[in-house]
Amino acid sequence: MSEAINFHYVVDGDDFTSAGEASVDIKRKLRQLGVDPAIIRRVSIAMYEGEVNMVIHAEGGTVDVNVYEDKIEMILSDEGPGIANVELAMKAGFSTAPDYVRSLGFGAGMGLPNMKSYTDGMEIDTKIGVGTTITMVVNLK
Amino acid sequence: MTVKELLELEKFEAVNIADDSRKIIGGYCGDLLSWVMGRAEENNVFVTIMVNVNVIAVASLINVSCVVICENAELSDELITAAKQKGINLIRTPLASFEACAYLSNLI
Ligand SMILES: Nc1ncnc2c1ncn2[C@@H]1O[C@H](COP(=O)(O)OP(=O)(O)O)[C@@H](O)[C@H]1O
Ligand SMILES: [Mg+2]
Repeated sequence: MSEAINFHYVVDGDDFTSAGEASVDIKRKLRQLGVDPAIIRRVSIAMYEGEVNMVIHAEGGTVDVNVYEDKIEMILSDEGPGIANVELAMKAGFSTAPDYVRSLGFGAGMGLPNMKSYTDGMEIDTKIGVGTTITMVVNLK
Repeated sequence: MTVKELLELEKFEAVNIADDSRKIIGGYCGDLLSWVMGRAEENNVFVTIMVNVNVIAVASLINVSCVVICENAELSDELITAAKQKGINLIRTPLASFEACAYLSNLI
């Protein structure tokens, strides 16, 4: 395969409990493509955290997954409030999530750190009042 | 041990069983789902008192062997349906998280 295979998802911002549909679907797609299960696990967990963030913090957004010969790239884009201090947001335990999110088991401030640790590269492009685009890459050996 | 062997224990009740031959090679206990995603491993038993449907998505992404819900927490139809759809082994126990882990850690 010389050209990238692309998958596009729209993440609904209203429904917190259904967050994860895109990650679960990508898991299935990557399995069909014969990707190594350990890689699939890393991609889908990182993407799930990103999806949950888009729902909790940004009223939804889109996810584009590009599967190349040597890497998988995930681009999560939203038109939410943006992240004021990226360095702070990346700190384990930092969270601005509301209480109802905590009561559902999220909002521990471990999402962005997990996304970073499960991927080989992560870039955050964010602007207050405009939105956030997070690009993550997982290498295929 | 396997999920089937776990279910033979008196205090563990099957809620949804998709594959009872799954091996349990370790475990992780927690209610904060991002911690669980950061730390739990494949083929672990995931012990929690969380009962919202996100638990099933997390269990599926990590590919745990089974989820054990403690304290006989009430399970919604939505949770059970999600477990069925995603093929997740869902088990319930009256034990508290600490007791369930202490008990299981001797058997795994
Ligand atoms: N897509 C996003 N849009 C706006 N803010 C975000 C976004 N993703 C993360 N953040 C900010 O970064 C913080 C840390 O994110 P994370 O580590 O996932 O923790 P949590 O989601 O548990 O709060 C969030 O509390 C929020 O303030
Ligand atoms: Mg988060």
